[in-house]
Amino acid sequence: MATAATPVANLEVVEEKRTSESLFRQALRRLRRDRLTLVAMFVLFIIGMLSVLAPNIQAALGVSYTRTNVTAAFLPPCIPFLGVGPAECDPRHILGTDDLGRDHLVRLLYGGRISLSIALAAAIISIVIGVGLGMVTGYFGGIVDDFVVWLITTLNSIPSLFLLLIVSAVIITNPNFSGTFLSGPFALVLILGFLGWTGTARLVRGETLSIREREYILGARAMGASSGRIMLIHILPNLISVVVITLALDIGSLILVEAGLSFLGLGVKAPEPSWGNMLSQAQTYFNKGPHLVVFPGLFIFLTVLCLYVIGDGIRDAFDPTQKD
Amino acid sequence: MSLAEPVVKAKRAVDHNDVILRVRGLKKYFPIYAGFIIQRQVGAVRAVDGLDFDVYRGETLGLVGESGCGKSTTGRTILQLYKPTEGVVEFEGRDLTKLSPGDMRQMRKQMQIIFQDPFASLNPRMTVGNIISEPLQIHGLYPDKKERQGYVEQLMQRVGLNPYFINRYPHEFSGGQRQRIGIARALALQPKFIVCDEPISALDVSIQAQVVNLLEDLQQELGLTYLFIAHDLSMVRHICNRVAVMYLGKIVEMGPTDEVYDNPQHPYTQALLSAVPQHPNSRQRRQRIIVKGDIPSPANPPRGCNFNTRCPVSFSLCYRDPDPELVEIGQGHWVACHRVTP
Repeated sequence: MATAATPVANLEVVEEKRTSESLFRQALRRLRRDRLTLVAMFVLFIIGMLSVLAPNIQAALGVSYTRTNVTAAFLPPCIPFLGVGPAECDPRHILGTDDLGRDHLVRLLYGGRISLSIALAAAIISIVIGVGLGMVTGYFGGIVDDFVVWLITTLNSIPSLFLLLIVSAVIITNPNFSGTFLSGPFALVLILGFLGWTGTARLVRGETLSIREREYILGARAMGASSGRIMLIHILPNLISVVVITLALDIGSLILVEAGLSFLGLGVKAPEPSWGNMLSQAQTYFNKGPHLVVFPGLFIFLTVLCLYVIGDGIRDAFDPTQKD
Repeated sequence: MSLAEPVVKAKRAVDHNDVILRVRGLKKYFPIYAGFIIQRQVGAVRAVDGLDFDVYRGETLGLVGESGCGKSTTGRTILQLYKPTEGVVEFEGRDLTKLSPGDMRQMRKQMQIIFQDPFASLNPRMTVGNIISEPLQIHGLYPDKKERQGYVEQLMQRVGLNPYFINRYPHEFSGGQRQRIGIARALALQPKFIVCDEPISALDVSIQAQVVNLLEDLQQELGLTYLFIAHDLSMVRHICNRVAVMYLGKIVEMGPTDEVYDNPQHPYTQALLSAVPQHPNSRQRRQRIIVKGDIPSPANPPRGCNFNTRCPVSFSLCYRDPDPELVEIGQGHWVACHRVTP
């Protein structure tokens, strides 16, 4: 250095001081620039809003999602679809009607309310349990770890569908519980949530095992950090990518699991629609009303796809090593 | 300055009656488990197998040896990051192995560590400011956010980082800069004693000198005591007042740096020093001593002297008698070898 002039002051001119930006703010800023994720969020938002507004839409169209009308069964949708022109449709039934003459669109939207809320609530329950247990067992190890790993392996070794069937048979169809909150969709949320955490817990445990051995954890201990602090400040933020992706995948697969359970008569019961039970009932009428299969399938497909894209986008947004 | 033939700076005078860290009989064994379903301990890796040494206030004690000889484990066990299997670690007269977790947490303010790998030792999801201020938050120092940030910026400036990068993430820095972040973090609590766990091994040679100079300046300024773990012998000669040579979890030779380098007594030290590259024009020609074979497994050390499997001068006693004890052969010069008698 030839001149002893304050070098820091010189740099100040060149390098504008960055405003203090938390990881969360930075993630938001990155998300705003991620078009694909924004589109997926928009689509999911539309699906969600339509579902929330289902009663209003039903009223506006003057149709009903429960009232049957056998004379108007299997009306085709009012959009060009599989060779059936809009000419033959009833304009009030935009997506046609089902086997009992109920409006398909409104049933789809009511189904969305049920399917989305069950999947979201159950996914959050299973993520909270899975992340909590996985992180604690991975960090501390020992007997608790052995027990939880044993529990995970045991739960996983029972084919999940049978496990779900047994538990839902015991709870949902139990006459003692009929009329209580345990007989409705809420029970389904609890069952799916409390049986679905094993995969997340195993993933998080594995990730924690690897993070635990990094030198910055040792550094934190050398500073005197408590185990709780190490888990909250050093391990949890590094689990974000795993958690976000699992959450998105979980919601997607829970919609499908709920569909499967409804199909077997243990999920959401008719006449209450869910995308799953609509899909399963419609397959009998695939010839007469293909739209009854296609639209629930399309909604599930779109929702799951959007969730994956959003999960991917959020994970990248929270990764500080990503280039802006 | 050539690193191979270091110009030895005038080192600070150290009072040999002022012991800051006293280590006695320190052992760290990592158990090996085996067995199906029922696990039982079948052995132990003797990473550190009985160390006795003192560290004087204000000095730099070098700890050298080849990979796997237990240098890093020693540093971490002293800081109680690993629970010692046996032995006493006294810091300013208090035995760390007997402190309660709460008391130990308070003691941690006085002793810190700088790690080898500047990429693994910083949390990738924390900004530099958060990394450096974390120890302050843990110990509740500088509760005022403004003041804390001011102190952190001051620390950054002191270690040669531009404080304007306070909100940057570690991956945006080079290896040398990251090591400076690690140093700033270690300094935040104003410790008296720092374990430098190979702080320069992962850096480019051009950066090594800068970081070493920084460490030396900080020592002068703040009166720090270092336990400097390294395998670069030239650098150790440059920075350390005293040096201890480790082999298979034990110290085989220890003494003032110049004494050990100019007058090595243990055959292992002699072999290590003969491996330091010499300037081709150097006047003294050195005999290169080649040590045969590999370092034995610390899970299964040889019978007799630890070094007898590779020693060029071993004789019957080395295979019959237990591993030799450290004996003082000169002013503060200790050697553990059956060949060497005071």
